[in-house]
Amino acid sequence: MNLTLLMYLVPSLVMFGCGVYGFLTRKNMIAIMISLELMLNSVDINFVVFNRYLFPGQMDGMFFTLFAIAIAAAETALALAIIINVFRVARKVDINELTKLKF
Amino acid sequence: MESVGNLILYFVVALVIIVCSVLTVTTRQILRSATYLLFVLFATAVIYFQMDYAFLGAVQIAVYAGGIVVLFVFAILLTHQPGKDAQRIESSRRILGAVAALLGVAVCGYGLFSYANFCHRQLAEVSDMSIETIGHWLLSTEKFGYLLPFEAVSVLLLACIIGGVVIARRR
Repeated sequence: MNLTLLMYLVPSLVMFGCGVYGFLTRKNMIAIMISLELMLNSVDINFVVFNRYLFPGQMDGMFFTLFAIAIAAAETALALAIIINVFRVARKVDINELTKLKF
Repeated sequence: MESVGNLILYFVVALVIIVCSVLTVTTRQILRSATYLLFVLFATAVIYFQMDYAFLGAVQIAVYAGGIVVLFVFAILLTHQPGKDAQRIESSRRILGAVAALLGVAVCGYGLFSYANFCHRQLAEVSDMSIETIGHWLLSTEKFGYLLPFEAVSVLLLACIIGGVVIARRR
């Protein structure tokens, strides 16, 4: 039995599906960010696995993943800063209750 | 033919990824959700190590598992009282989300398995993955060099620092 490309894509697909489910159903902002991280991570796995199996001489997928990790870290830090600031003003983090900016 | 250890490692990692990502989005308590996310990120790092991208696995552990999860735990502890953990964090739109996610997984899974012969590729020979090569391409201005995105990411991080300071400042 050999480890094929498909066998790495299946866990990544399940991870992405879980991220979509969490993103649509959670109402806590931090839980939504966690679901977002799941989706980003599954895309990173796909980049790396496709690079390693289909283009083993090149490193483009690896660099894409490297930059994606850096950008995800920056985005998460900023989003959590915004969430904590919103909590300081409104004392809640549920998206159903935060309606002050609604037009 | 793969070695038995590699196969066992793969199945353990795949199981951890599938189970823990399902638990991440279904558990009630948000702190547990962050912990399951940590397990998923570690399993992803193991996949990177298995693909011979040791540097990428180290970055994954240091930045994702070491940095982002700690940020999440800080934010959770700052915004939730530890006493009343058992509050519901799901909404009533659970069926809509489940249908959307299952539909997406079904379409993508059908695509994957119908092109299965394209996917049944063996792991090729290990190319040169030393840290010297990575550093060379990261700072190179040649055809496949990545100097411009590298500088763009550094500017992005600077913008992120300034944005964090501005957001967190007391008015």
